[in-house]
Amino acid sequence: MRAVDDLSFEVHPGRVTGFLGPNGAGKTTTLRMLLGLVRPTSGTATIGGLAYHQIPRPLRTVGAALEAASFHPGRTALDHLRTYAPQVGVPDARAAEVLEVVGLSGAAGRRVGGFSLGMRQRLGLATTLLGDPQVLLLDEPANGLDPEGIRWLREFLRTLAAQGRTVLVSSHVLSEVEQTVDDVVIIARGRLVHASTLAELARRARPHVRVASPDTAGLAALVERAGWTRADDARADRGVELVDVDAAAVGAAAFAAGLELHELSTRDPGLEGLFLELVGGPAAGAADTATGTTRGAAA
Amino acid sequence: MGAALRTEFRKVVTTRLWWVLLLAMVPYMAFLAALMAWLLTQDGAMAGGTGMGGQTGGEEVTLAADAVVRGAYTIAVSFGYVFPLLIGALSVASEFRHQTITPTLLAEPRRSVVVGAKLVTGTGTGLVFGVVATAGAVAAAATVLVALGEQTFLDQASTWGTLALSALALALWAFIGVGLGAVLPHQVAVVVVVLAFTQFVEPLLRLGLAFTSWGAGLAKFLPGAAGEAVSGGSFYSETGAMDLLDPWQGVLVMLAYGLVFAAVGRYTTFRRDIT
Repeated sequence: MRAVDDLSFEVHPGRVTGFLGPNGAGKTTTLRMLLGLVRPTSGTATIGGLAYHQIPRPLRTVGAALEAASFHPGRTALDHLRTYAPQVGVPDARAAEVLEVVGLSGAAGRRVGGFSLGMRQRLGLATTLLGDPQVLLLDEPANGLDPEGIRWLREFLRTLAAQGRTVLVSSHVLSEVEQTVDDVVIIARGRLVHASTLAELARRARPHVRVASPDTAGLAALVERAGWTRADDARADRGVELVDVDAAAVGAAAFAAGLELHELSTRDPGLEGLFLELVGGPAAGAADTATGTTRGAAA
Repeated sequence: MGAALRTEFRKVVTTRLWWVLLLAMVPYMAFLAALMAWLLTQDGAMAGGTGMGGQTGGEEVTLAADAVVRGAYTIAVSFGYVFPLLIGALSVASEFRHQTITPTLLAEPRRSVVVGAKLVTGTGTGLVFGVVATAGAVAAAATVLVALGEQTFLDQASTWGTLALSALALALWAFIGVGLGAVLPHQVAVVVVVLAFTQFVEPLLRLGLAFTSWGAGLAKFLPGAAGEAVSGGSFYSETGAMDLLDPWQGVLVMLAYGLVFAAVGRYTTFRRDIT
């Protein structure tokens, strides 16, 4: 089964990167390959140039919370953290510290079996922070959080990035992380479909005015004269696509110039629409080997 | 490895399983030991026929040290080994059951180290089980013997040697358990297999094999027989149903079971992708 195919991207320190794609796109598999839990059929997954198993005391370099946040239900939150403390190489006091950081101090002595999904997410996050790592990989951390929790998470991740850490957050909904991330990496069917800053993606999501005329030269001259900006991702079938101008203004100018128009329409996908367009694109070629080249740039 | 051991130790003591199992094992073993002590003091006792002297009709029965020590004090080696076996097996299976195998391998990606740490910690836990269960059996049986005015043989050094070997045998059962858990990490499956094998399959096999000339040689190498060999004899051997290996051979056979299981588990269960 091919889950991830020829996927290559970089994430940078000091920024929150959204790792986006629909369910089943291969996000979790990619993270698990990066963490040495799943072996790619070919290719490498390294963090700061090292395979996960080569990193001495890996939890001090990388903190990862995977979607199936996994806890023994009979263990208390504090004991869960203390269990891993020796391997992280931190004193037991650190366990109480990170519980405080994620706002779970009040539940320290409670068994995880009675935790809500939101509390488990926070405990998962606390686990990643035990070793004070520079790289954080969080798989769907907003799942199960209430709106207040999501806002808390947003600020929390911004703070972590502001401290110079590399933060990768996966999600299947762009809107969930839209206000959190600086960069976006979008995958679909195991392949990379887009990687840029969020600002760049947002720029592409501006409304496009499509205008077509039988008088191609006249239209070009009008665009030139009016100083309109052509969309750099315009569909090259016919006519021109413009951004930062509305259809009414284009129509008025064409009428004034006596230019015959055959089409004047607005395409406004919005950020979410553009995201869906990107991940719903034409199916990738049928390769049946899982390959992956994934690099996480550690600071 | 030191850190891995501390983490594994904490995994054991921060959940309830260890004391729940211990709480089930110790009274059970104490009860069986007391029962055996009482049976052995009765006229025409079933065990220790060869060792008994000075027996005249319904008069005083002089107990053989071997019968008391093996039949009552080390009863846990014959009937209680399922508990350390389970604690060992579940130390692996519960990680897969609750998916804590993911954080475990994130903290220690060298999978052989994880298996090794579990073997050591499991054996240590098994030793605690062995010491406590043997102590419980001795306390109960000795109480019965004292109450009946019989000798307890606790003043003999050889008794204490046997008791120590009893605890060792139970520790080795936990070692085998960890290996078994690595081969069969499905929690329900491993519990069913452990219960079926220890309570049903092995006792029947041992009885069945004892009736054949070739089988007796083979039966000695079954894990249960090897465990009893470690403590130098048992309820079964005292009843004359079995002959056993030497204690050191028993230790080697048990270690071999554990190591073979652990190696198979390392290259099957612990080699797979963790999804």
